[in-house]
Amino acid sequence: MAAKSNKSRSDSPSAKPETVRESSAREIVRTLEHFDAPAPAKFGKDDEIRAYRDMLLIRRFEEKAGQLYGMGFIGGFCHLYIGQEAVVVGMQMAMKEGDQVITGYRDHGHMLATGMEARGVMAELTGRRSGYSKGKGGSMHMFSKEKKFFGGHGIVGAQVPIGTGLAFSNVYNKTDAISITYFGDGAANQGQVYESFNMASLWKLPVVYVVENNRYAMGTSVNRASAETDFSHRGLSFKIPGFQVDGMDVRAVKAAGDLAAEHCRSGEGPIILEMMTYRYRGHSMSDPAKYRTRDEVQKMRSESDPIEQVKKRLTGDHGMSEDEVKAIDKDVRDIVADAADFAQNDPEPDPSELWTDIYAEDIPQAAE
Amino acid sequence: MPTEILMPALSPTMEEGTLAKWVKKVGDAVAPGDVIAEIETDKATMEVEAVDEGTLGKILVEEGSEGVKVNTPIAILLAEGEDESAIENGAASQSRGAPASAAEDTSATRETDEKQSSKGSEPSGGDAVKDMSARRVPAEGKTHPDPEDPEGDLAQEIPEGTEMVSTTVREALRDAMAEEMRRDERVFVMGEEVAEYQGAYKITQGLLDEFGARRVVDTPITEHGFAGLGVGAAFGGLKPIVEFMTFNFAMQAIDQIINSAAKTLYMAGGQMGCPIVFRGPNGAAARVAAQHSQDYAAWYSHVPGLKVVQPYTAADYKGLLKSAIRDPNPVIFLENEILYGQSFEIPKIDDWTVPIGKARIHRKGNDVTIVSFGIGMTYAVKAAEELAKEGIEAEIVDLRTIRPMDMDTVIRSVKKTNRCVTVEEGYPQSSVGAHIASEIMVRAFDYLDAPVLKVAGKDVPMPYAANLEKLALPSVKDVIDAVKAVTYKD
Repeated sequence: MAAKSNKSRSDSPSAKPETVRESSAREIVRTLEHFDAPAPAKFGKDDEIRAYRDMLLIRRFEEKAGQLYGMGFIGGFCHLYIGQEAVVVGMQMAMKEGDQVITGYRDHGHMLATGMEARGVMAELTGRRSGYSKGKGGSMHMFSKEKKFFGGHGIVGAQVPIGTGLAFSNVYNKTDAISITYFGDGAANQGQVYESFNMASLWKLPVVYVVENNRYAMGTSVNRASAETDFSHRGLSFKIPGFQVDGMDVRAVKAAGDLAAEHCRSGEGPIILEMMTYRYRGHSMSDPAKYRTRDEVQKMRSESDPIEQVKKRLTGDHGMSEDEVKAIDKDVRDIVADAADFAQNDPEPDPSELWTDIYAEDIPQAAE
Repeated sequence: MPTEILMPALSPTMEEGTLAKWVKKVGDAVAPGDVIAEIETDKATMEVEAVDEGTLGKILVEEGSEGVKVNTPIAILLAEGEDESAIENGAASQSRGAPASAAEDTSATRETDEKQSSKGSEPSGGDAVKDMSARRVPAEGKTHPDPEDPEGDLAQEIPEGTEMVSTTVREALRDAMAEEMRRDERVFVMGEEVAEYQGAYKITQGLLDEFGARRVVDTPITEHGFAGLGVGAAFGGLKPIVEFMTFNFAMQAIDQIINSAAKTLYMAGGQMGCPIVFRGPNGAAARVAAQHSQDYAAWYSHVPGLKVVQPYTAADYKGLLKSAIRDPNPVIFLENEILYGQSFEIPKIDDWTVPIGKARIHRKGNDVTIVSFGIGMTYAVKAAEELAKEGIEAEIVDLRTIRPMDMDTVIRSVKKTNRCVTVEEGYPQSSVGAHIASEIMVRAFDYLDAPVLKVAGKDVPMPYAANLEKLALPSVKDVIDAVKAVTYKD
């Protein structure tokens, strides 16, 4: 595939730019391609219930993780996904069996959305032996080859070439799976992201780059860190289309995900979805979040909360009673309480685990 | 049942804080996510959010209280339908297990940690022995002499009468890749100029013709990107061979090599790993100056999870590259441009492989052990020839693999010769030789008749001028001088 595109490129060497304006005016004219997001997906009652339940599970799980952190059960870094739930849940609703997911360190929501067990994730957070990585990975490093979740990466932006490589393997293996590669507005300024964009577009790799723009890279707002704050435009130099999506509306995310998946599966190459979202909590647990006002957070919560939006539709359009909604709430709360109990009582890894899993004897590969 | 709200730890190091303000008052309804109080630590003011639903039943720690220890109950939350009488009944409990129980679970490890940290840098004799047994390299007494390697010079059987074929290192590398690509559909090679250009150093010559552009992939000049893409392809079930035009450029990619390739198996609890080969020329070529002349053997050998190979002969290049491609772990395969054109005998055997992690006795001798690898072997071999004329018989151990290192073979030889000189082109500090010297001190201290000497590249960036470049590299004379020093012949 590489050779083909190389050839076509070298066929017509020319020193002239592709387009030259007639006018001699001493000004630079800005022309950027612009793409509009599709209209929000139409959700039936079952879709709404699934979205509500999946988002609520993440919300309650993360609140519990925050509490366990406060009690000293979870150590180190712990980055909560609260506020951003619609992004991962909406994307998951647009995916097919076999599609891969990879993300950075704010990853608990992605794991739950792919169907990984709350118990295993929480036990990893508490560093116990039944955690997904036997307690050796922690909050930022978990994987599930069964659920096609490829981490969980602690180095900002490192997951982007890896997710692109997953897409490469899909082409190589001639499957129609696509790679959903998530990263934040902070990671969007890492060089390896653009190295990946270039190869993904050159080789038409089926990867959906989902930029979760939560407005702050740790404590630095997008405006203070990015010369081009419209991240959906960041692929234009690589001929990658992209558009901005209301990341607080799970239906908008689902529609964008559907369109992106179709684009990738039809061999058109990568696409960028910029999800306009918001995190309610600090960057990590020890972040006092003094770089923004309480009012800003409250406004988001009261006006745009992704879960409340769905709840309103459930009790409104879909005629569910408060009690029916509460039953879902209780169900979710029970799962989370069970996971928390489990994660506190599960033993720590055996000391012998210090020396295991450094080298593989056979080949534990995801695709096998 | 009423739930106790505990003073939270808001950072990994927080032990106590000031309860600055109660945002909710007794009788207020509380929903998950509501801010109930503000807490000040020495670093910042933080908000405490409720996790459970209920009504604030009682405040146990008044606002303004300083030095409130983490996990002290600060308030009681009443569930739906409960009133204050529930508190009076003394039924308040922490529905989640208290951290105290976690501390019990972990007491064994914690105590050990504390003991070690409180002891500082002076381990007692008993602990030092325990520590070494954990490393599985106990200091051996003189009762275990085992000077001969039972497996023979090449560390494997070569049937008598096997035909030997003169082959360059370059051909050996190409043949190894071609054979493995024929054997396993998942194997592919990617890198700059590997396909249409036929390889910047012609290592991949002919591969595009045989295997096509799907499996021989030209990349843009984008080391960090394609190293990471290779890691992803390995996660996706493939077996990538990533060629760096030289390993100097792999520094652009070193985060992906170490943080993504080497550590994933461990971080995933063994669930998935990264079978990948990063290969390319390493070390000084000729007259390309500081940025293009560096030996990375010691760098990569530092990292658990990586295997690091640096062969010398064409037979080892071929056999080890085939093993590296089959290995389920990330392998750093360090080649040398100057060796590419050199010819060596390769046994004409179908599927010739050499095990990773096994050194080879290149030359037998009784007077001194010279340990080297890769291009360093050229100095060692020439020095041994010169020394033989003066009656000093050197035994040369070609490490071939830097990690995992075959110290057993080195130790066996040193126990026989009682002297050791290491030879490498890399910088001297924290070098491969420094590691070998330290291991010999632990495992064969009583056998040494002289200190272990290192011959390494000089501790300077590589200069361009021909005379200075020569001075910066190790030389045959350096090796001869070192051998004479440890044999007290100078």
